[in-house]
Amino acid sequence: MQLYRAHVLVCAGTGCTSSNSLKIMEEMETLLKDNSLESEIKIVKTGCFGLCAEGPIVVVYPEGAMYTRVGVPDVKDIVEEHLLKGRIVKRLLAGEKEAEDISKALESVDFFKRQHRIALRNCGRINPENIDEYIAFDGYKALEKVLTEMTPEAVIDTIKRSGLRGRGGGGFPTGVKWEFAAKQVADQKYVCCNADEGDPGAFMDRSVLEGDPHSLIEAMSIAGYAIGATEGFIYVRAEYPIAVKRLQIAIEQAKEYGILGDNVLGTGHKFDLEIRLGAGAFVCGEETALMTSIEGHRGEPRPRPPFPAVKGLWQKPTILNNVETYANIPVIILEGAEWFAGIGTEKSKGTKVFALGGKINNTGLVEVPMGTTLREVVYDIGGGIPKGKKFKAAQTGGPSGGCIPASHLDTPIDYDSLIALGSMMGSGGLIVMDEDNCMVDIAKFFLEFTVDESCGKCPPCRIGTKRMLEILERITEGKGEDGDIEKLELLAKNIKASALCGLGQTAPNPILSTLKYFRDEYEAHVYQKKCPSGVCKSMLQYTIDAARCKSCGLCTKVCPMNCISGEKKVPYVIDQSKCAKCGACMEKCPFKAIAKI
Amino acid sequence: MKSIAELDEIRRKTLEQISLRSNENGLRVIVGMATCGIAAGARPVMKAFMEEISKRKLQNITVFMTGCIGACRLEPIVDIIDSEGNKTTYVKMTAEKAERVVLEHIVNGKVCSELTIGAEESKK
Repeated sequence: MQLYRAHVLVCAGTGCTSSNSLKIMEEMETLLKDNSLESEIKIVKTGCFGLCAEGPIVVVYPEGAMYTRVGVPDVKDIVEEHLLKGRIVKRLLAGEKEAEDISKALESVDFFKRQHRIALRNCGRINPENIDEYIAFDGYKALEKVLTEMTPEAVIDTIKRSGLRGRGGGGFPTGVKWEFAAKQVADQKYVCCNADEGDPGAFMDRSVLEGDPHSLIEAMSIAGYAIGATEGFIYVRAEYPIAVKRLQIAIEQAKEYGILGDNVLGTGHKFDLEIRLGAGAFVCGEETALMTSIEGHRGEPRPRPPFPAVKGLWQKPTILNNVETYANIPVIILEGAEWFAGIGTEKSKGTKVFALGGKINNTGLVEVPMGTTLREVVYDIGGGIPKGKKFKAAQTGGPSGGCIPASHLDTPIDYDSLIALGSMMGSGGLIVMDEDNCMVDIAKFFLEFTVDESCGKCPPCRIGTKRMLEILERITEGKGEDGDIEKLELLAKNIKASALCGLGQTAPNPILSTLKYFRDEYEAHVYQKKCPSGVCKSMLQYTIDAARCKSCGLCTKVCPMNCISGEKKVPYVIDQSKCAKCGACMEKCPFKAIAKI
Repeated sequence: MKSIAELDEIRRKTLEQISLRSNENGLRVIVGMATCGIAAGARPVMKAFMEEISKRKLQNITVFMTGCIGACRLEPIVDIIDSEGNKTTYVKMTAEKAERVVLEHIVNGKVCSELTIGAEESKK
């Protein structure tokens, strides 16, 4: 056995890979060799740490020093200072750069201090392409326990008592779902995993697939034992190439170790897994559409009942859970239902991973106990809003969810509180908006997405969402008419009540919730033909204040439309008929003479 | 195919290799590796510690490096801190002395008193 005195963990998640972390790894290898350190120091390729805004991230153990925004030229400093001489490179440290106790740097960063990582427990800690490292941190121990000590009924009972609810959107109790499927009598049953993460801005499932793929395999095998299924499918989108590759490696390794196959770990349990690639249609995240797609058909939903637990894949009883839901299962089995039920709120147990995006400093993934307030997530962990701007609202649940205004910042987040506010948990995307965002424009953005992604099977969704979008387009172009807002409300309610699947039923949510909290903005657009946030271009005019203009001519140089004219000592004028409203002139003007009205 | 016992064996072995990523550090060996330490021969000392520890399959030991503490004339300096926080400082270390410290101090729990900073300073 080779003893290494230090491990250098380099993040190879999608975020850090796109900012060159693989190059950093290469450079590190070269420099370690140059300094003859390769036998003392091990480089480990690992999954996402969650602090994607600060990537690429490199963590050095045993100190736990977390280096952020590491560039290829910084590697030399890390090797020559830290690894050779034991001096931590403070300028690259995350958070409090002058942290007194640098030996605990990773845990001392505010971003990590307040998190409780269960589903993300191994992300950024192990090498996801090495099954032994997963095993070392109690991996496959839950599967051993289930196969040797527990009956299928006991497994289901444990999951039920833990209070775990589906993390993909609906929040249905996982144990109850398993019980339905277990009670069915059939010659074949299936276990499926929904890894078709489609919400714009949500990437927690990708992070688990990339950083800890074995936890998914373990949980699905446990589910197979619990309901009596011997086959499983992971439905993942082809847009996640790194996740797919790691998953394939993990499945191969598990087969080699006899963890997947006809006789799992010599216990007689049979379970095998296959990956199915999706082409990235949002509707395939809906359970019936997903299964239709696995069967090889066009991904379209079908009416329920029958529910998948009764008639799912190829008409056989099937359970379908989301990646994050599965990632919780092994820990619940090992730590017990009571432990898990002790975390969170009365009706929402455990933790939830949120993908922070939009106007927030620490873009990335955070896992917090249910019941944490939005304020804690946005300000204490997320680091607040850039440039000191004011928080306006946060969109949870992506295009299926709704917005939460500043007045509800102190609401503890769980499934039920979000529904009460007119939003939903969804898969956990959390997009923050500041004072510069126009809420009508936001609603339009999400509706454009659902109109694009509607599969077209049922008219309420196919035609209804299109009509809503047309009204929104009219309003944002300054052509809103009296009665448009009421028409939107009526359409939204009807679509919600009549669409076939979750996509259509939830598509009106962004409109309904922005209408609920920001009706004044809609009214300003329709009746005063004004966009209060200055986003909707057709209602904007850039004008030059003649008194302030010093005729320097800078604005004419940046104007892409060449529509500003003037001469020395005469104030400049913008030709409104040609102006593209890009705002370049306003940014450039040194005298603040250009205003947006 | 692996049996559950084999899986346990993999778990134990791999954990030895990656335990330094968890925060439960037992005994710490801290080698001064600033310019003065390296010039005085700290690298062979550190390597000797690592080789001995790995050869004897000792568990829960982390080899750290640190900077200069100011007593450059006594380098290479090595601190051993046990899990209760008791610290022993060895000075003017060599690879041979490192082997001895591993055997006598780390394995048998007996401080090599004539190699410590106290012994060195009392020679004056």
